[in-house]
Amino acid sequence: MTETSAVQQGGSQPSKETAADIVIEMKSVNKWYGEFHVLKDINLAVSRGERIVICGPSGSGKSTLIRCINRLESHQQGTINVDGIELNDDVKNIDNIRREVGMVFQHFNLFPHLTVLENCTLSPIWVRKLPKREAEEIAMAYLERVKIPEQAKKYPGQLSGGQQQRVAIARSLCMSPKIMLFDEPTSALDPEMISEVLDVMIDLAESGMTMICVTHEMGFAKQVANSVVFMDVGEIVEQAEPEEFFNHPKFDRTQLFLSQILAH
Amino acid sequence: MADKVMTFEKLPDRPPPMSQVGIVGWVRENLFGSKTNTILTLVSLYVLYILVVPLVDWAVINANWVGEDKSVCDANKAGACWVFIAARFNQIMFGLYYGANPDQIWRPTLAFALLIVLAIPLFIESFKYKLQLGAFILFGYPFVIFALIHGAWLGLPVAGTSEWGGFMLTFVLASVGIVGALPIGILLALGRRSELPVIRTFSIAFIEFWRGTPLITILFMASVMLPLFFPSEVDFDKVLRAMIGITMFQSAYTAEAIRGGLQAIPKGQFEAAEALGHNYWKMMAFIVLPQALRISIPGIVNTFIALFKDTSLVSIIGLLDLLNMALITSRSLEWKGFDLEGFTFAAFIFWICCYAMSRYSRAIEDKIDKATKY
Ligand SMILES: Nc1ncnc2c1ncn2[C@@H]1O[C@H](COP(=O)(O)OP(=O)(O)O)[C@@H](O)[C@H]1O
Ligand SMILES: [Mg+2]
Repeated sequence: MTETSAVQQGGSQPSKETAADIVIEMKSVNKWYGEFHVLKDINLAVSRGERIVICGPSGSGKSTLIRCINRLESHQQGTINVDGIELNDDVKNIDNIRREVGMVFQHFNLFPHLTVLENCTLSPIWVRKLPKREAEEIAMAYLERVKIPEQAKKYPGQLSGGQQQRVAIARSLCMSPKIMLFDEPTSALDPEMISEVLDVMIDLAESGMTMICVTHEMGFAKQVANSVVFMDVGEIVEQAEPEEFFNHPKFDRTQLFLSQILAH
Repeated sequence: MADKVMTFEKLPDRPPPMSQVGIVGWVRENLFGSKTNTILTLVSLYVLYILVVPLVDWAVINANWVGEDKSVCDANKAGACWVFIAARFNQIMFGLYYGANPDQIWRPTLAFALLIVLAIPLFIESFKYKLQLGAFILFGYPFVIFALIHGAWLGLPVAGTSEWGGFMLTFVLASVGIVGALPIGILLALGRRSELPVIRTFSIAFIEFWRGTPLITILFMASVMLPLFFPSEVDFDKVLRAMIGITMFQSAYTAEAIRGGLQAIPKGQFEAAEALGHNYWKMMAFIVLPQALRISIPGIVNTFIALFKDTSLVSIIGLLDLLNMALITSRSLEWKGFDLEGFTFAAFIFWICCYAMSRYSRAIEDKIDKATKY
């Protein structure tokens, strides 16, 4: 009896995890762009099913941090472990990690020469080696889930920003990632389109996906995050549960940032 | 209430007044819209009049269209002597061998007809196998045309490459150059942007060498220098040498045109491809090159057109392309003195080919513009 409930809880209850459930672990990670020290001694652990929101002023290194997780950027010191694989120059490791980690970008980065459906099936077919039919079925299921199956035959240029970002999320999900990274997914959108993308992200969070989201949507953070990270000038200044983070920020820098963000 | 539904019937739109539409409207608006426009129109019309009228007189109205030999033309010096072109058509189009063997003329004719038939489906919107057909035309058809016009593979009388000439030679040289240069140019363009210094340096050196050398020098070197490096038994075919030289030359230009396209691809495309787990070659093949090549089409076609015309330079190594064939024919004893007709005819054929290429590239661009937006 205890066994069944543990299994049921496994997917969606992040509070239950043990140390073995840690899927992303960054230890004393440092990175420089030339002389510029962009990441300073970053320590971060993310458990399976956990949702982390990262916020902080522009240029503080948020994008760089999450891009290190799927090796779009390489770090120079420290270790990063993703799903038990250590990130280093080994191309095989990088390939394996990129299969596990999906990423959604600020500017969508859909492939403009392919239809929405082709955007979603290209990588499953050529990287995961799925048969075309199966890839298309999966893609349609995810397009359904982000509520735009009817746009499958259109080109990205024919869609609104909100629709494009939802396609980008579906495209990532088609690779069945275990972890999803979001880099300011709503900050290039017109205000009226933000909620349709956030809805999809909330739905994804509720399904138990491990997520790291760089975003300034504080409502989203309050609703779904297990933990909020505040970064400034390349450092993690503060990490706390949303309740604590928003109501009792420990550091002046956090308070200042929050007052600026919430003033809008 | 429900039984008293009012219905309105939409009347057909009335046609716009005559002065706004059709030729009259267009002329009024575009040619005589303002004082400057009117003056420009009148001046242009006058210039056209003094240029075109004598040309039409010479080329069409006074021209000698039918006849057996030179005597007709000598009798009427005021018009062009198309009799000459008609008499030597086979030679100008297909070279010395086919000029001398009219019974074999079906071979190049069949080869060209086949190409046209093969190409037609490419223009049909609903045709599904465009990519496969295009690939066959680029990489399979060259063997067909060689088999037909050379003849040895099919047991036909052999037309050696040294006897190839005229439009056929121009076409073969340009096509080989264009088709061969595409894959090489793609690799060079990728190499030039590679992160591996060896590959990058090699690509840059290769491109800059061939781009910095005039085609005429390359042809000359291919013809005169190449044999010096090989033992004298190796008899490199002259046409083959020209093909190699032209392909190398063209691949440098193709590479530069494609590089322009590659540079236009936003960084986000590479990042998305990598984040989705594509390795370098898959990323290039499915995501980057399809976009880059589309962007480069105008540039690539420009280099095609330039090359097509530049093939005339093979005369430096004694090959007779369309232009030079027309020229020497008009200097033969029988048809001495009709250079102008020869040049005009060659120019006309060149123009048709180049204009067709340019139109085709425009059509592709338009189609892509509709589909591709970031
Ligand atoms: N490729 C790069 N080369 C040099 N500096 C960079 C590069 N990418 C980002 N930076 C710098 O690193 C800092 C952090 O950038 P980023 O991680 O994008 O910040 P954020 O996402 O928090 O706005 C910024 O100051 C930015 O100018
Ligand atoms: Mg950023």
